[in-house]
Amino acid sequence: MTDRILFERMESHPVDSHTLDRYRATGGYTALPRALKMTPDEVKEEVKASSIRGRGGAGFPTGVKWGFLAPATPRYLVVNADESEPGTFKDRQLLERDPHQLLEGIIISAFALGVDHAFVYVRGEYPRPARRVQRAIDEAYEAGLLGTDILGSGFGLDVTLHLGAGAYICGEETALLNSLEGRRGEPRIKPPFPAVEGLYAKPTIVNNVETLSNVPWMILNGGAAYDAIGPEGSRGTRLFSLSGHVKKPGNYEIVMGMSWRDLIFGLGGGIRDDNELKCWIPGGASAPWFVPEVLDEPVTIDDTGRLNSMLGSGAVVVMDHTTDVVAAAHSIVRFFAHESCGQCTPCREGTSWLQHILERMMAGQGRPMDLDLLLDVCDNISPGLRWPPAMTTICPLGPSAVSPITSIMTHFRDEVEAKILTGAGHG
Amino acid sequence: MTWSDDTERRAVALVARYPEARSAVMPLLYLAMQEADGVITDDGMRRVAELTELTPAQVQAVASFYTMYKREAGRYLVSVCTSISCHLLGASDVLDAVVDETGVPDGETDPDRQFSVEHVECIGACGGAPAVQVNYELVEGVSPDAARRLCAWLRDGRPDTVLSDEMQELFGGQRSFEWGPSERAGAVGPVPAFEPYGTAGELR
Repeated sequence: MTDRILFERMESHPVDSHTLDRYRATGGYTALPRALKMTPDEVKEEVKASSIRGRGGAGFPTGVKWGFLAPATPRYLVVNADESEPGTFKDRQLLERDPHQLLEGIIISAFALGVDHAFVYVRGEYPRPARRVQRAIDEAYEAGLLGTDILGSGFGLDVTLHLGAGAYICGEETALLNSLEGRRGEPRIKPPFPAVEGLYAKPTIVNNVETLSNVPWMILNGGAAYDAIGPEGSRGTRLFSLSGHVKKPGNYEIVMGMSWRDLIFGLGGGIRDDNELKCWIPGGASAPWFVPEVLDEPVTIDDTGRLNSMLGSGAVVVMDHTTDVVAAAHSIVRFFAHESCGQCTPCREGTSWLQHILERMMAGQGRPMDLDLLLDVCDNISPGLRWPPAMTTICPLGPSAVSPITSIMTHFRDEVEAKILTGAGHG
Repeated sequence: MTWSDDTERRAVALVARYPEARSAVMPLLYLAMQEADGVITDDGMRRVAELTELTPAQVQAVASFYTMYKREAGRYLVSVCTSISCHLLGASDVLDAVVDETGVPDGETDPDRQFSVEHVECIGACGGAPAVQVNYELVEGVSPDAARRLCAWLRDGRPDTVLSDEMQELFGGQRSFEWGPSERAGAVGPVPAFEPYGTAGELR
């Protein structure tokens, strides 16, 4: 069974996997002419048949999303390369090491969607990935793979790279569209969804880098072949960013369904200094944490959801027994407080409150009532503290700040209490 | 006011990249910074407003939303990631080392505008934690000691162009992944180095 789709080229050709010459020498741009001989509907059918679920974090089926695209023109395809969920660095590797794979996916997808202008929104802190993608775009124009009448098909496409400027919230697709329109990156109320009213209020599909990078393979091998990889609901290979207290951090392309134990102790090489595993975040900073009792559960989207967390962006952050979980939760809460766009009161106020309560505790000035206060603030951001979270806000950023708090209160309440009593903790 | 001929030419080209001129606000703000020693100025925002047919207030509303449009910045902007993966691997010690070596507190710029120091949220280098950026050029696997040497190297050598590959070679450690061949283009100021925005320089 195939377990290498996205990383095959860069692993075999580490020196020049990002160049057009190497891309072509390894089968690149052979899916494009094939797709251009199909009808747009046939291309869409292959992507739908693959059952791929979006790799940006929400896990929505890509083929279904494409099916929502309204018929009005012009329409746009926007690539979300604003990777900024703490713990996530997989798209950076795809952008830097195999930009043509993404570009071919963009061209094929634009053809399928009837789009003649696509945008790649790269976060501002990724200048090197942006330079690599821009060079790939330039090479593609020179080679007649972009512009008018691509490969004599009559289909034309322009691709514009747009650099962000330091705002996590722009990874939320409607905030990203506002940003791309030259506005503050504030999420929009949905509906209308971007597929109906997106960029410049025109029908727009927003897809993640990893999602689109899979498209050339699907055209060459068929959507059904992709759908044959991995367990139902989690088809295909998937990139996981492993970081924290593991011996071998990095991005790993795996077939979903392996156990967390195999991911952390197998691929990740186990815990640094052979320390004890304390907990891990299974899918980016927004996700509730896991503890070792679920180590043998399978790494799939649905199983992780069943256990009241999410695979999210595929970022696995591992913490060993020396970790001060209050300080770790604080790092995440501070992130969300900083990145809140400020539109919705529960998020704007709540995330800062959580940050300040934790800082008071860490300064040795915690009070017994802070335990209830933390949960009360969380309950005001996301009533009922359920998973998936209830929403009082336009976008999920606010509820994301609740995850680390409920995680430490559920699994490590004694340590939180000790922090209040003594101002101390592990590490 | 207008900018240099080269920047004005770039500005026109950037506006032409989008179906609506307003979309060029963010790229044009980077151009404006490049024209003003790496910072956002009132004059710069006014010119962006003229080019996009917005009011200066509308441009300021955008500029003030994003952390990378700074109104104050030194020649070298040293950004230390303190988000979760870097936090777990000692980012606060790295930040302390940078603050101590430069003498610039977190979030500030020194009086002669040599250094700005800031802690930043996740920069996507979690597999190479702890990570630091200088003018948005990345260095991964940075120990507190290496962070000190990096700051001293910037202060004493005053490189015109900084770029990831050189700094990684000199001061870096564990990487998130193999980067592949080194590059020539780097940052010439506290603005991300990207050729279409006129912000990239060549390593001498």
